[in-house]
Amino acid sequence: MLPGRTLRTAALVTATAVMTLTSGAALAQKKYDTGATDTEIKIGNIMPYSGPASAYGIIGKTEEAYFKMINDKGGINGRKINFITYDDAYSPPKAVEQVRKLVESDEVLAVYNPLGTPSNTAIQKYLNAKKIPQLFVATGATKWNDPKNFPWTMGWQPSYQSEAQIYAKWLMKEKPDAKIAILYQNDDFGKDYLKGTKDGLGAKASSMIMMEESYEVSEPSVDGHIVKIKAANPDVLLIYATPKFAAQTIKKTAELGWKPLQILTNVSISVGSVMKPAGFENGQGVLSAAYAKDSTDPQWNNDPGMKKWNEFVDKYMPGADKTDTGMVYGYGAAQTLAKVLEMCGDDLTRANLMKQAASLKDFAPDTLLPGVKINTSATDFAPISQLQMQRFKGEKWELFGEIISGDVASE
Amino acid sequence: MELFTNQILAGIATGAIYACMALAVVMIYQAIDHLNFAQGEMAMFSTFISWQLMQWGVPYWGAFVITLVFSFVGGIAIERILFKPLAKAPVLTNVAGFIALFAIINSSAGLIWDFTIKQYPTPFGSAPFLGSQLISTHQAGMIGVTVLLLIGLYFFFQYTRIGLAMRAAASLPESARLVGINTSWMIALGWGMAAAIGSIAGMLIAPVVFLEPNMMGGVLIYGFAAAVLGGLSSPFGAVVGGFLVGIFENLAGTYIPGVGNELKLPIALALIISVLVVKPAGLFGRHIVKRV
Amino acid sequence: MSAAEEVVAEGHEAVEAVPKRAMTLGTGTSVVVLLLLLAVPLFAKNFIIFQLTQLLYLGLAVLALNILTGGSGQFSLGQSAFYAIGAYVTAVLMEQFNVNYALCLPIAGVVCFGAGFLFGQPALRLSGVYLALATFALATAMPQLLKLNFLEHWTGGVQGLVVTKPDAPFGLPMSQDMWLYYFTLVVTLAIYLFSVNLLRSRSGRAFMAIRDNEIAASAMGVNVALYKTLAFGVSAGITGVAGGLSAIAVQFVAPDSFTITLAIQLFLGMVVGGVGWLPGSIVGAAFIIFVPNLAEGISKGLSGAVFGVLLFLVIYLVPHGARQVAIIGQQLAGKLRKN
Repeated sequence: MLPGRTLRTAALVTATAVMTLTSGAALAQKKYDTGATDTEIKIGNIMPYSGPASAYGIIGKTEEAYFKMINDKGGINGRKINFITYDDAYSPPKAVEQVRKLVESDEVLAVYNPLGTPSNTAIQKYLNAKKIPQLFVATGATKWNDPKNFPWTMGWQPSYQSEAQIYAKWLMKEKPDAKIAILYQNDDFGKDYLKGTKDGLGAKASSMIMMEESYEVSEPSVDGHIVKIKAANPDVLLIYATPKFAAQTIKKTAELGWKPLQILTNVSISVGSVMKPAGFENGQGVLSAAYAKDSTDPQWNNDPGMKKWNEFVDKYMPGADKTDTGMVYGYGAAQTLAKVLEMCGDDLTRANLMKQAASLKDFAPDTLLPGVKINTSATDFAPISQLQMQRFKGEKWELFGEIISGDVASE
Repeated sequence: MELFTNQILAGIATGAIYACMALAVVMIYQAIDHLNFAQGEMAMFSTFISWQLMQWGVPYWGAFVITLVFSFVGGIAIERILFKPLAKAPVLTNVAGFIALFAIINSSAGLIWDFTIKQYPTPFGSAPFLGSQLISTHQAGMIGVTVLLLIGLYFFFQYTRIGLAMRAAASLPESARLVGINTSWMIALGWGMAAAIGSIAGMLIAPVVFLEPNMMGGVLIYGFAAAVLGGLSSPFGAVVGGFLVGIFENLAGTYIPGVGNELKLPIALALIISVLVVKPAGLFGRHIVKRV
Repeated sequence: MSAAEEVVAEGHEAVEAVPKRAMTLGTGTSVVVLLLLLAVPLFAKNFIIFQLTQLLYLGLAVLALNILTGGSGQFSLGQSAFYAIGAYVTAVLMEQFNVNYALCLPIAGVVCFGAGFLFGQPALRLSGVYLALATFALATAMPQLLKLNFLEHWTGGVQGLVVTKPDAPFGLPMSQDMWLYYFTLVVTLAIYLFSVNLLRSRSGRAFMAIRDNEIAASAMGVNVALYKTLAFGVSAGITGVAGGLSAIAVQFVAPDSFTITLAIQLFLGMVVGGVGWLPGSIVGAAFIIFVPNLAEGISKGLSGAVFGVLLFLVIYLVPHGARQVAIIGQQLAGKLRKN
C-alpha cells in the first residue's frame, strides 16, 4: 500500500501545483490536529432529529450510514471516520451547546454539515474564533461564501439567492411582461429567495412583481394565501416554500382552476414527496432548477451514480423511504467530505482540511446532475454553484437549457 | 367585494379544519376538565394507522371504521395505563404527562412512517362544490361531517344515560359518585370518544394539509383557540368558534394593511383574548359561579 | 401527619398550597449548594462551565414561573415571550448601542416587568385554561413579532443578531466562560434571595392568599387585581433577566431561539422541580438541559419518545417533583436524628 502511494504522490508532485506539493510533503511527515490520529478521524455534526424540522434528520442518518460504508471499506487513507452527530432540535441555543460539546468534550477535527441558517449563524463566530472548520454547512444562505471574514466556514449547496436570480433572468428573457406573485416562507430561507428574485430582476422588479405574500411555518395550510394571490390575477407564481406547503400550493392552484406559470424552489422538487402528493396532473408545466438527481425519477434508473446510491441505501439504510430527497443530499455531501479527507492525505490539520476543501476541482459526486461539478478556491467558498432548469412533464422532471452558473458574492 | 366573499369562503374552508379539531378538544374537556396537549398527535397517529391500512389494500371506509375503533380503544388504553395512575396528582403534573405523551407519539410516528409528506385520499372528491371553486367537495363534505358529529354529540350528551353520566362525572365528580356513576370509567370513555373524534378530524384534515408527523402542530393551536372562543363546555360553540377563527384569520391577513399578513395568527389570537376578556366563558360557554 | 401526605391529600387543587417555610432550603443545605456552585467551575472544562451557566439562567427562568404559578396560582405557557424580550433588549443594546452588558440586564428586567405588568391586565379576567391559552398565544406570537420588517433594523429580522461575549474585567485571569458563570451566579443568587424575601413579605402572603382562594383573599382586603398583575410583572422581569443572560452566554439571538418549545420546557422544569418550591427550579432546569441529551444518547431516532418515557417515570415516581424528594429526605433525616 505505502510504496504505491508514495509513487503516485511523487508523480503528482512532479506533475503540478503547489497545493499537491504541500499535501505530498505532508505524506512524508504525518501532521495531526485534535480529532485526528493514525487510526481515526473524528467529525462532528448537528442535525434537528427532534422538533419542528425533524424531517431533515434523515440527512444526518444518511451521512452516518455513508461513513459506516466508508469504514467497512477500510476507511480513508487507512483511518476510520468517527462520525458524531447530535440533535439541536433546530434551536440556536441548543446548537451552540451541542457544538461546544463536540469541540470541547468530544474533541472533533471539524464540524461538518450542520443544518439550518439560524443554527449555523449561532455557531459561526465561535468556530471561527477557535479556528475549527465549519465545513459544508447544510443551508443555502449566501453568507457562507465569505472566506475573507469567515475563513473557517464553507457552504455546499447552491445558494438560495443565486437560484432565485436564475429564475429572474429566465423570466426577463422568456416572459418580459410577466406579472409576478411571490409566495415565500417568512424566514431566512424565504427572504433569501425574495432578495435574489428582486436582485435578478433589477430595475424591473418593482414593475414586474405585483404581490409578495408570506406565510408562517406554523400555519396548517396556505390555501387562504393562494385565494388571495389569485384575486390579484398574476400570471407567474413563484413558490418559495418548503415541501409540504409547496405541494399544498400546487394542489390548491389546480383546484381553483387557475393556471399561472409556476416556478418552484429547488428545495421542494422531490417527485416522490412533493409532486406525487400534489398530484402529477396538477404539477404539469411547473418549472424549477436542479443540481442533483431525483431518486424517484425513472430517467436515472440506469445511471451508474444512482445505481451506487441505490446499492448504498439497500445495504446501509434498509427500509428507508427512497423518495426522501434528504438521502440524496446527505450522500452527496458525505461523498464530498470523504473526497476532501482523502485529499488531505496524512496532513490532518484543521488548516489543511480547509485548504483542501478550497481546492476541489471539477469534483462530481454520484448524485449530482451530469455536468454539475464542485469547484472551490481560496476566494470561492461556494462548492456547488451550477443549476439546470427543468420542467415537470408526465411523472418526471425534464431538464432543458444549459447548465447555468449562478455565483452570488456575499456582502 | 369579490375578494371579500372569496376570503370568507376560504375562511370557512380552513375553519372547517379548526372546527373538527375544536370538537375533539371540547370532547376531552367535557370528560377530564382540562385540555389535552397530545390530542393533535393522537389524531395524527390514528390518521397514519388508516393510511397504513389503505396501503395494505383496505378500502377507504373499511380503514375508516377500523381506525375509529382502534382510536376509541387506544384512547381508553392511554387513559387506563398512563393517566389513571396520575388521577390523584396535581393538574400541572397531568399537563406534563400530556407533553410527555406528545413527545412519545410524535417521535414514534416519525420513526415508523418518516417525515416525508404523504398523499391522503378523500371520499368526497376535490371537484368544485356547487360551482364555487373556493370550496371543494371535500371541504363541503368536511363541514357536513362536522355538523353531523355535532348533532350526534348533542343528542348523546343531552338525552342518553351514558352521556349525562359523563357530564355529571366531569362537572361534579363527588356527587356523581354518590348517585352511583363510575366516574373513573366515565373518564376513560371520554378519552376514547375524544380519540375517536380526533381520528375523524385527522382523516378529514389530512387530504388538505397532507399527512406527516408534524401535521397537527399548527392545527392544534387553532383548535384550542376555536374551542376556547366558542366556550369549552359547548360543542356547538366549538364548531362556530372554528369557523369564526378561520374567517377572522383570513380577513385580518387580507385587509389589515402592513402587518396583517405576517401577523394574522397573533391578530386572530388577540381578538380571541379580547372576546374572552368580555365573555370569560367563551361565546357559548356556561358561566360557572365560583364559590368559596 | 407529614407534609408529604398533606400535599398528596390536597392534590385536587390546581396549585397545591405550600407552607411558607417549605419554600426554601435549610441553612446547612444552602451553604453546601453554594460552595459547590462556587467551587465546581474551578475544576471543570469550559464546556461544563458553559452548561452550568445555562443551568443557572434557565433555573432563573423556571424560578420566575414558579413565583407566578407556585406563588400566585396563575398559570403561564408564555414565559418564552418575556425571555425573548429580555434577550433581544440585551442583544440590541449591547450590539447596536454599545451599552455595557451589566447595565443591559437591569434594563431588560425593567422592560419585561413592564411588559408582564401590562399583559397581566387582560389576563386578570382569565383563569385556568383560558389564561393558559392567552399566554400560549403570546408565546406563539412572539417569534413572528420579532421577525417584523420595521423592527429588522435593530433585531436583524429572521437572521437574528450575533452578540459579543464579554471578557473578564480588571484583567482577571479567567476565561470568558468562567467569568460569565460567576457573573450569572451572582445575578442568580441576588434574584433568588430577592424572591425568597418577596414571598415571605406582605406581598408574598398576598400572592399565596390569592393562589389558595381568590374570593376569600379579596374578602380579607387583598387587592387581588394589583397583586395578580404584580406577580405577572415580577415573574416577567426575572424571566427577562434570564433571557438577557442567555443572549450573552449563547452569543446569538434569533426568532427560532424563542419558540413555544422553550415555554413548554420552562413549564416542565417547574413541574419537575416542584411547583412552589423555589430551590427546585435548579433541579427543573437540570432536567430540561440534561434529560434530552440523555434521551438522545439512548436512541437518536426515538429521542423524543425516550424523553417522554423518562418524563412519565419522573411524574409517576414523584408527582410533586423534586420538592417531594426533599420532603421525604427531610423526614428520613428527622427520623434518624430521633433514633
